[in-house]
Amino acid sequence: MIAHETLARYSDWAFESAFAVLVLALVLLVAEYATHRADRVAERELVTAGAPSGGTQVPGRVGGPPTPGRVDGPQSPGRVDGPQSRTMSERLGNMGRALVVVVAALMVASIVLRGFATERFPLGNMYEFVAMACTAAVLFGLVALRKPAYRIMWVYLLVPVLILMFLAATVLYADAAPVVPALRSFWLPIHVTIISIGSGIFLVSGVASLLFLLRIRFPKDAEGSGVFGRVAQRLPDAQTLDRLAYRTTIIAFPLFGAGIILGAIWAEAAWGRFWGWDPKETVSFITWVVYAAYLHARATSGWRNTRAAWINVAGFVAMLFNLFIINMVVSGLHSYAGLT
Amino acid sequence: MTATDTPTTTPQPVPPRQGPTGRAVAFVRNTWRGLTSMRTALVLLFLLALAAIPGALLPQRSLNAGKVDEYIAARPTLGPFMDKLELFDVFGSFWFTAIYVLLFVSLVGCILPRCVEHFRALRTRPVPAPRNLGRLPHHAETTVGGSPEEVLARVRGQLKGWRIAERAGGPRAKDCELTLSAEKGYLREFGNLVFHISLVGLLFTVAMGKLFGYEGQRILIAHGEEFCTTSPASFDSFRAGVTLDGTGLNPMCIRVNDFEADYLDNGQAEMFTSNIDYQYGDDITSNTWRQAELKVNHPLRVGSDRVYLQGHGFAPTFTVTWPNGETRTETLQFAPDDPRTFLSSGAMRFDPPGGMFPDADERRRNQIAIEGLFAPTAALHGSLLSSAFPKMLDPAVAIDIYKGDAGLDTGSPQSLFSLNGELINQGRLVKQDRVNLKQGESATLADGTQVRFDGATDFVNLQVSHDPAQQWVLVSALAMMAGLLVSLLVKRRRVWVRVYPAGTVAGGERQTVVELGGLARTDQAGWGDEFDRLVARLLGHDAAGSAEEKNR
Repeated sequence: MIAHETLARYSDWAFESAFAVLVLALVLLVAEYATHRADRVAERELVTAGAPSGGTQVPGRVGGPPTPGRVDGPQSPGRVDGPQSRTMSERLGNMGRALVVVVAALMVASIVLRGFATERFPLGNMYEFVAMACTAAVLFGLVALRKPAYRIMWVYLLVPVLILMFLAATVLYADAAPVVPALRSFWLPIHVTIISIGSGIFLVSGVASLLFLLRIRFPKDAEGSGVFGRVAQRLPDAQTLDRLAYRTTIIAFPLFGAGIILGAIWAEAAWGRFWGWDPKETVSFITWVVYAAYLHARATSGWRNTRAAWINVAGFVAMLFNLFIINMVVSGLHSYAGLT
Repeated sequence: MTATDTPTTTPQPVPPRQGPTGRAVAFVRNTWRGLTSMRTALVLLFLLALAAIPGALLPQRSLNAGKVDEYIAARPTLGPFMDKLELFDVFGSFWFTAIYVLLFVSLVGCILPRCVEHFRALRTRPVPAPRNLGRLPHHAETTVGGSPEEVLARVRGQLKGWRIAERAGGPRAKDCELTLSAEKGYLREFGNLVFHISLVGLLFTVAMGKLFGYEGQRILIAHGEEFCTTSPASFDSFRAGVTLDGTGLNPMCIRVNDFEADYLDNGQAEMFTSNIDYQYGDDITSNTWRQAELKVNHPLRVGSDRVYLQGHGFAPTFTVTWPNGETRTETLQFAPDDPRTFLSSGAMRFDPPGGMFPDADERRRNQIAIEGLFAPTAALHGSLLSSAFPKMLDPAVAIDIYKGDAGLDTGSPQSLFSLNGELINQGRLVKQDRVNLKQGESATLADGTQVRFDGATDFVNLQVSHDPAQQWVLVSALAMMAGLLVSLLVKRRRVWVRVYPAGTVAGGERQTVVELGGLARTDQAGWGDEFDRLVARLLGHDAAGSAEEKNR
C-alpha cells in the first residue's frame, strides 16, 4: 500500500503543479489580452508603411504575423525578419499557450497516477470528475481554439477551468480510495468519462455563447468606452463566436446524450430500472432538453442569435447545477461525492 | 389617416363571412398549424424543462414517500396545497403529462409532413441552377480546354455520390450552355427524421413497460428461505403496471442460499454477493432448480424478468421461554438505520403457546413484545449500544421487553419495525425490562419468563422486475442516437456547374468557361473548405486559388 500512497501523492503534486502552471499561463494570456488592441493598431501601421503594394494582405488580421516577404517586399532584403515582426504581446500569448500544453500534460498525468494509485478507473468521486472535465475542456480547447481567430479567447476558457480546479482541490477533494460496490462496473469508465468530456466541451460552448452575447451588446467598431466595451474590443466578431458555440454544442450534445443513455443501461443493471427520475437523472434530462431547445432555436427565425445564445448559457447553468447542487445539496442515488 | 386620403382609397372588399363549419375548420387548421410550428415546439421544450425542475428539488413519492410526508408535515398550510398541485408526483402529474403529450403531438404533426416531403425530395431532380452563380455563398469560375460537353462529362465523373441533374438551355441561357445541378447530404434529413421518430418510439415503449410491467420487492432470510411470484401478496411491496390485476405474473420461485458482504478495514463496502437457486417457467412443474449468483451490478436475467440484490441487513433471533418451559423462537428482519455501521432497529411479538391461558382475552393480555436496537459489532458507551463495524463480529441487542397486548389482534395494521405507541400509552402493553444482551445471553422477567438473544442472520432484499418492452426502449434509444449523429454530421449541400464556350479560342483548342456555385442548405460553418477542395478536384488546383468565397 506504501507504493500506492506514493502514487497518490505524485498525482496530487501533478494536480497542484498543473494549477500553478495554469495561473502562470493565465497571467501571460491576460497580459497578451490587455496589450492586444494596441498591437493591432501598430501592426496595421506597420503593414501600411511597409507594404505599399500588398494587395492581398488583410490589414489587422488577428494573430497572423505579417509575413516578411510580403511586408518588406523583395526590394528590401536586408531587413531582419522573424522575431522582430512578432510583437511582445504575441510572444506573451504564445508563452501562455505553450504553458497550457504543459497544464494539459500535468492534468493527464495526475489522472493516470490516481488511476494507478487506486487500481480503478479514476472517476469515482467529484474531485476526479471535475479534474477529468477540466482536462477535457483544456484538451478540447487546444483543438477548438487553435485557429488564430480564436486564440485570444483562451483567457475566458481558462478562468472557469481555474475556478473549477480550485473547487476540486479544496471543497471536493477526496483521498484516493476504492469505490462502493455500485460503482464496481465496467460502465463506470464508459458512462462517467463520456459525461465528463461532454461537460468539458459544453464549458467551451457556454463560454463562447457568453462572449457572443457580450459581442452582440458591443458590436465591432462600436464598442464605446465602457469597461465591457473595452473588454469586447479584443474579442473575435459575433459570427465567429456564434459558430464556435454551435460547433462545440453539436459535438457535446450527442456525447452527453450517449452518456445519459449509457447511464440508463448501467442503472438498469445496478439499480433495477433504467430510468427512475432520480434528481441527477432529472436534471440531466432538463439539461438535455435545454440543449435540444438551443439546436431548435438555431433553426427558428427570430431566435437564431441572442435568444439561442441565452438558451445555450442556460444549458450550461443547468450542467453546473447538476454537478454541484444536485451532488452536494440534494441527496440521491448519484451521491458519490465522497463528501461526508 | 387624413381626410384627403379617404376619397382616394377604394374600400377593401370585405371577404364573405364564413359559415360556422368553415370557421370551425379554419380554427382547427390554425390551431394545428400553431401547434406544429417550431416556435410552439420551442416553448413546449422550455415548459418541459421548467416543469421537471420541482421533480429534482422537491421530495418525490416515487423515490421516497416518507420524505414527502415529512415535508408536508413541516408545512401545514402550504404542504397540502402543493400536494394537490401534484408537486410531489411531478412525473405523473396532469400538467407534466399535458406538456409532453402536447410536445409529442407537435412533434408528430411536424415530422409526418416532413417525411412525405423527404420522400418526394428523394424522387425529384435537383433544382435548376440559379441565373447568377456569383451570388451564391461559394463561387468559382475558370476557363478550361475542351468542349462544354467534354468538360461537363469530366465534372460529372468527379461527382460520385452526388445526385445529379443535367439541363441544357433555359430561358436566358447563352449559346451551347449546359448546367449541372448536384445535391448531396439527403441523409441529414433522414437522420433527423429517424431521431424524432425514435423519440416517439421511446415514449411508446416506455409507456408499454408501464402498462404491462411490474416490480416487486421481497425480504428473505438469507439461509434457505424461498418464495414464489404467485401473486402480488407474496411481495413486501409491489408496483403493478396499469393493465395488471394481480394475476398472470410470470411464475418464478427463488430460494436464497447465502449472503456474503465484503468490507474494507475502514468499514467501506466492497461487494455484496448472494447465491440463489431459482425455478422459472417450466422448471416449476419439473421441479428443477437452477443456480445463480447475484451481485451488485450483476442481476439475474431470465426471460423478460430480472432479479436484483437490492439490499441486505440483519435478522436477530430471539427465544422466549415461558415459566412452564414452553418456548417460541422467532427470526425477523430489523431495519438497517445506519448504512455505514448497520445499527438496526426493529420489533418482535410473541404469542404465548395455546392452552397456557384459559381464554383468548387472557392469552392476548400476556403476549411478549420486544423493541430495540441490533448492532452487528457492539460498541457500548456505558449502557448505550452502537455499532462499530457493518459486519457481524460481535452482535448485541439493546431491547425493551413488554408484556401485554402486542397489537397482533387489534385488526389495525402494525409496523414491522416498531411497536404501537398507542397501546403502550394506554397501558395495554407494559414495559417489563430494558436490557443489553450479547449473543446467548438472556433476561428473566418478574414472572419468570425468559427472553434469550440467540444471534442473528443475514437477510437480503430482492427485487423482481418484469418489463416486456425494455429491449425496445433500448432499440429506440440507440436509433435515436444514430439518427442524431447522422443529422448533425451530414451536411446538405448543393453545387451547380454551368459551362459555356469561351469567346476566344486559344491555340486552336476549344475553350470552355466553367462556373461553379455552392450552397450549404443547413449550417454553413466549415463548408467553405469542402467547396474549395471540390473546386480543386473538379477544375484543377489553379482554379481553387482563385475560388472566391463569401462567408455569409
